[in-house]
This record gives sequence, structure tokens and C-alpha cells, in this order.
Amino acid sequence: MANIKLAEDKLKALIEVCKSFNNEKGELINVLHKAQEIFGYLPAEVQEVVAHELNVSVATVYGVVSFYSFFTMKPKGENPISVCLGTACYVRGAEKVLEEIKKVAKVEVGETTPDGKFSLACLRCVGACGLAPVLMIGQKVYGRVAPEKVNEILAEY
Amino acid sequence: MGKINLIIDNKPVQVENGTTVLQAAKEIGIEIPTLCYFQLKDLNIENKPGGCRVCVVEIEGRRNLAPSCTTNCTEGMIVHTHSLRVLNARRTVVELILSDHPADCLVCPKSGNCELQNLAHRLGIREISYQGVQSTYRKDTSPSIIRDVDKCVMCRRCEMMCNDVQTVGALSAINRGFTAVVAPAFEQNLDKSPCTFCGQCVAVCPVGALSEVDNTPQVIRALTDKTKTVIVQTAPAVRVALGEEFGMEPGTIVTGKMAAALRELGFNYVFDTDFAADLTIMEEGTELLGRLSDFLAGKKDVKLPILTSCCPGWVNFLEHNFPEMKEVPSTAKSPQQMFGAIAKTYFANKIGVKREDLIVVSVMPCLAKKYECQRDEFKTNGDPDVNYSISTRELAKLIKMANIDFVNLPDAEFDNPLGESTGAAPIFGVTGGVIEAAVRTAYEVFTGQKLPKIEFTELRGLEGVRSATIKVGDLDLNIGIANGLGNARKLLNQVKKGEANYHAIEIMACPGGCIGGGGQPLHHGNSEIILKRSAAIYEEDRNKPLRKSHENPYIVKLYEEFLGKPCGELSHHLLHTHYFDRSTKIEIE
Ligand code: SF4
Ligand code: SF4
Ligand code: SF4
Repeated sequence: MANIKLAEDKLKALIEVCKSFNNEKGELINVLHKAQEIFGYLPAEVQEVVAHELNVSVATVYGVVSFYSFFTMKPKGENPISVCLGTACYVRGAEKVLEEIKKVAKVEVGETTPDGKFSLACLRCVGACGLAPVLMIGQKVYGRVAPEKVNEILAEY
Repeated sequence: MGKINLIIDNKPVQVENGTTVLQAAKEIGIEIPTLCYFQLKDLNIENKPGGCRVCVVEIEGRRNLAPSCTTNCTEGMIVHTHSLRVLNARRTVVELILSDHPADCLVCPKSGNCELQNLAHRLGIREISYQGVQSTYRKDTSPSIIRDVDKCVMCRRCEMMCNDVQTVGALSAINRGFTAVVAPAFEQNLDKSPCTFCGQCVAVCPVGALSEVDNTPQVIRALTDKTKTVIVQTAPAVRVALGEEFGMEPGTIVTGKMAAALRELGFNYVFDTDFAADLTIMEEGTELLGRLSDFLAGKKDVKLPILTSCCPGWVNFLEHNFPEMKEVPSTAKSPQQMFGAIAKTYFANKIGVKREDLIVVSVMPCLAKKYECQRDEFKTNGDPDVNYSISTRELAKLIKMANIDFVNLPDAEFDNPLGESTGAAPIFGVTGGVIEAAVRTAYEVFTGQKLPKIEFTELRGLEGVRSATIKVGDLDLNIGIANGLGNARKLLNQVKKGEANYHAIEIMACPGGCIGGGGQPLHHGNSEIILKRSAAIYEEDRNKPLRKSHENPYIVKLYEEFLGKPCGELSHHLLHTHYFDRSTKIEIE
């Protein structure tokens, strides 16, 4: 099989994460959560190391990663866009906003643009229902977004 | 454990506490249809995810239908396994599965032997009333196995086999909802995973999602090419299973019919891997005795226990999982490859045919052999020693295609010089057989005396891990045996930790050994079939006039005319190999 390469500091951090969960198989999901915090996503190499440290098969790790939509194997864009699809946002037309973003930024849900500028994800209720529909780019929150506004908002980036 | 009384389909039945409704019904001859449930009883293998709900039954007093594979019997229970309500529910379940299943039956490799097809037929489904979105995965073709996972019904039998029984961990359920299937990590091809190509996943897949790579077209092409001399070798386990494909009783020995059928198919010479099994014993046995005498002479660094190396599934497992032990196995090639090496040198020379014009086909109970014969170290100038390996199932297909009336064929003999074998050879097909064959020869060579008793029953059986101590002169030879790769892992870990003190260990990747190989006729979970094949193997041994490899006159002649002596220079060159580290390494960038 192939050899896996990872930068030293990242590898160390990852091994530390596994250790902090006592390298317990049962903690696989928590370990992956932490790992995604560190790396922003879960590339194959990271999953190989986690599998090795927790003594489970890589197939098992990938099984978990592919099961939960929270985990991603693609790096997030510089400006990760999240669209809330909670009930309030949905009722107020979040889906149309989402379609517009897909068109303007040329990106699908769960994907990143080829230039790495934007990535697109959907969220369930961010707790800002008063502002519905809500859109987040990075840490910045946009409220009461109308589909026509999308172009303007994205132009800021 | 107490007894429990219940009534199934109006029949009273008494079972042990803890028995499932499915088992209880089976005990009184009522077969409840299943799909994800799978069991090989005598080998302690069971898959019981309780997910498909095909096996639902009606239990009086309960509102919902219950899956019989996970429902335990209770006192006084009244069960209906085929009431109209049950049939309707069962039909709906199967229709739902079919709504996300390609209707490929006409060209599917499992057609006629598919458990889903059988279910649909049994339930009288003529129309699929649900329209589902179909998943579209790409096909994965490795040297041995084809994965067509759009056909996966998520029974997870393969996952259980690969992860729990074989502890290989090449497969896992991935994604969710209707796109959920079983796949290797990152949906890569199997040959990028730690897969050993043992084929046990294929052996249990109820549908056409997993099947063997079909090499029969290449074989047919070779047979019709007049410029080629095409020869065939057949592994020990094939002759005790092939008959099943033609409706014969499991355990029927069809050696003679098989040889006759191969001749009718047009092979120029019909030879026997059993010949090469005898040859393997000469080489591996000599190697064992060599290491033992070094050890007894007090030499340091002797690689003991010696591990057998005839099973390519096991060799792959070692290369992926125990690379630090890669110097420990015997360097002897598998019988398939020994045969190829001798055929393309000694035999090609004898009949005056150029190596390139000689095509060697092997018939194996095994899917790992397809991969093995493509390994680079078994090629000379790009020409493989064994050109094509087909499974028992593929041979049956060829015979049917050629309209040969297999059951009524008169027996024929193998050709010589590569067709003669002793009783030590057929037993290679069952767990414990290789080491028994080795002991028969090692005993006589080591002590210089005749064996008082040829059969070593202490080495036989189907338990996953076994051990025995055999007196060879004044030496106590400690032998370990494992079948199934999970059991091999257990045994090797004991050795690594210094908890076990063996001189020799036999390992076979498939549960039961090659009789339970991934290329054999499908057993559909009936472990009695495997027991009967095992009995037939030992019968084949008893029927042979000579039963020790070193007594095979053609082997003696091969050494006299060509090889010199076992483990000599030419033997070493042609009949031995080495192993590679194939484990994943984590490096710093
Ligand atoms: S062939 Fe064997 S090792 Fe490979 S996926 Fe199937 S069960 Fe696992
Ligand atoms: S590939 Fe076959 S054995 Fe594996 S889960 Fe799918 S249907 Fe079952
Ligand atoms: S046990 Fe036999 S059939 Fe199974 S992988 Fe090994 S050689 Fe092949």
C-alpha cells in the first residue's frame, strides 16, 4: 500500500488528539471531530493516521466519515458559506437563496470552488430565526437575505 | 438452560432457552426466507444484523411483525411464518429492495444462484410497484474480484466476513440512506486496500454485487489458438466440490469425470496440481528439516516456527499485517506456482515447445490465485508461469457451455509426467492437510524409518486454531494450525509475544481451508457441505496406493532428471520465492 505523508506538527497534533481520548476505538467520532477542527477537513492521510492510532481499519474510519454529513473530506474554501435551512429560514425562502449562491459562486453543496475561494454548506438553525433567512460567510452573519442580494454579498469577497 | 415450548405454524416444538424463532422453525423443517441473515454453523460464523426484515413472522398477541432471526422464543409463543399478513409484508420488503436494484439478471454473474432472485421468485413478484432512485457507483475490478455495488443490498455479510472472521478490515458500510453500500476506504479499488483476495466476501454475497473476475474468455481464446499448447492443472479441493454444480451430492469425488471433461474441452494435457503439492512437500519439508537441525545444533537466529506458504491469501495477509515477519514463512512457492515453473521449463523442454507457446491454466477453489499468478516475481520476461487461473465455478460454467454431460462422463486419468500424485497431495485442500503431508515425509526422512501410522488424526478438524505435538524420533514436534485469517492473527500474535512455542505452523486463509475457498460452488451458509467436502478429501487420500510425497515416482524422476536435490540450486531458483512489505507506512513530510 501507499505510504502516507503528513507534516510533522500536524501529525504530532493528531497523535495528541488520539491520545487525549486514550486511543479508544469507541471515541472515533470524537477524535474525528477534533481532527476536523484542527485540519478543517479530513483528508485520507488524516483518516489513515486515526485508524492506525485507534487500531481500527481505515475502511471503518471512512465508513463513519461518509455517514455523517458533518464530516468532510474536501478542504473548506477561504470563505466558507453556510446557508441555514432551519424551519424559519426555510419558510422564508432560504432555498431560493441557496440556489442563487450555487449559480453565482458556481459551487455545489459540500463542494469547494476550484480556485478555493468559496465552499458551500447547509446548516440546521443557527438560532438567529429573527433574521431569517440567514447566511454566514466565515464568521460574518447576514440576515434577511433576499436572493437578489446574493450577488452583492459575494462581491465583497 | 431451560426448555421452552411454543407453536410454529400449528406444530408444537420444544427448544433450548435462547433459541431464535428462525432456528426453532428450522429444527422442525420450516424454512423462513432470509436475506441478510447468514450462518456457517460448524465454523462458528454468523451474520445477524436484523436489518432486511425479510424473515418477519407474526407472533400472536404482538402488534408488529417480528424479525425471526433476532427474536428469541418464549414460553407459549404462537408463531405464524407464512400467514397472508406475513407474506404481504415480506413481498413489500422485497419489492422495496428491488426498487433500488438494477434489473440486470439476464447478464448477472449470480443469475440462477442469487438469493434475491430466488426470493422474488418464491414470493411471486412479477412487477415492482415502487419506483426508486437507483444508486450509481462505478465498478471496481481488481485481479481477483469485481465489485458492482449498485447491486449491494446492504446485508453486510461481506463486512462480517472481512472484518470479524478474516480481521482484514478492507470493507465497511459507507454513506447512508439509499446510497449506502459496502466499500473499501475512500471507495478506492480493492487492490489499493489491505484486501487479501481470499474471496470470502464473494462466497457469502447473496447477490451479484461481489463476484470473481471471469477468466473463461481468455481460456476459450487460448484453446482455439492452434499455435498454442494449452495445459491445465487442477487443485485438490476442486475435485470434491465440482460435482455440486451439476446437482451431485456434496462430497462426491469427481476426479475422473473432471479429467475427462477437461480433455473434452480441448486441453492438450490434463495435469494435476496434486503433483505440485507433492513437490511442495519435498521443498518445504526439506526446508523445515534444515531449520530444525540448525536449531537443534544450537545455531542462533533460526527462523522458527516455519510458516507454510501455499496459500496466497495468507501470504497477502502477512505482507500487509505482519511485514516484520516476512522472513519467517517457508520460501517455497504455492503448488500452483511450482507447477507453472516446472511446466514452463522441464515440461516445455520435454515436448519441445517454446515457453511463449505453452499456456498454463489452473483450476482453483480460490480467488487469491488469480492475483497470485499475476505477481511480477512469477513471470519470466513478462510471461507468467501460470497464464490464467479459473475457479471451480468458472470450470463448471465452461463444461456447461460446451454441453458436456458431466454426470454421465466415464472417468479418465491425468496425463503424465505432471499428473501423478500421492495421498499426501489431496489433503492440501483441507485445513491441517499441508502440515500432515509434511510430517509424513519429514518423519521418514528425519528418522530414516517407516511411519508406523500414516494418518495423523490429531492434526485434523475444523476448529479455527489447533495444536498438536508429534513424536518424530526423539524430537517433540510442536505444530500449530489456523484456518481463517482472524485465527491466523491470533496464532501469530501468540508467537510474537512468545506465548507459543511451535516449530511449524500451517495457515489457510479460508475457513475450513481450500474446500471452503472463495472460488468454490456457493454453499449458501450450509456448513454440512464443507464437512462433506472435507470427508471426501480424506477419502481421496485413502484411495491412493502411495500416500507419502517422497514416494511419488514422477517426483523422484523430476529430481533425478532435472532439479538435482530438494532446496538445491535449481530448486531454489525455480521453486522458491520471497515476500514483500505491503503495510501502510506513515511518514513525515
Ligand atoms: S477478498 Fe477477503 S480480504 Fe478481500 S475484501 Fe473480500 S473478505 Fe476482505
Ligand atoms: S456487497 Fe454483497 S455481501 Fe456485501 S453488503 Fe452488499 S449485498 Fe451484502
Ligand atoms: S485457503 Fe485455499 S482457497 Fe483460500 S485463499 Fe488460501 S489457497 Fe486460496
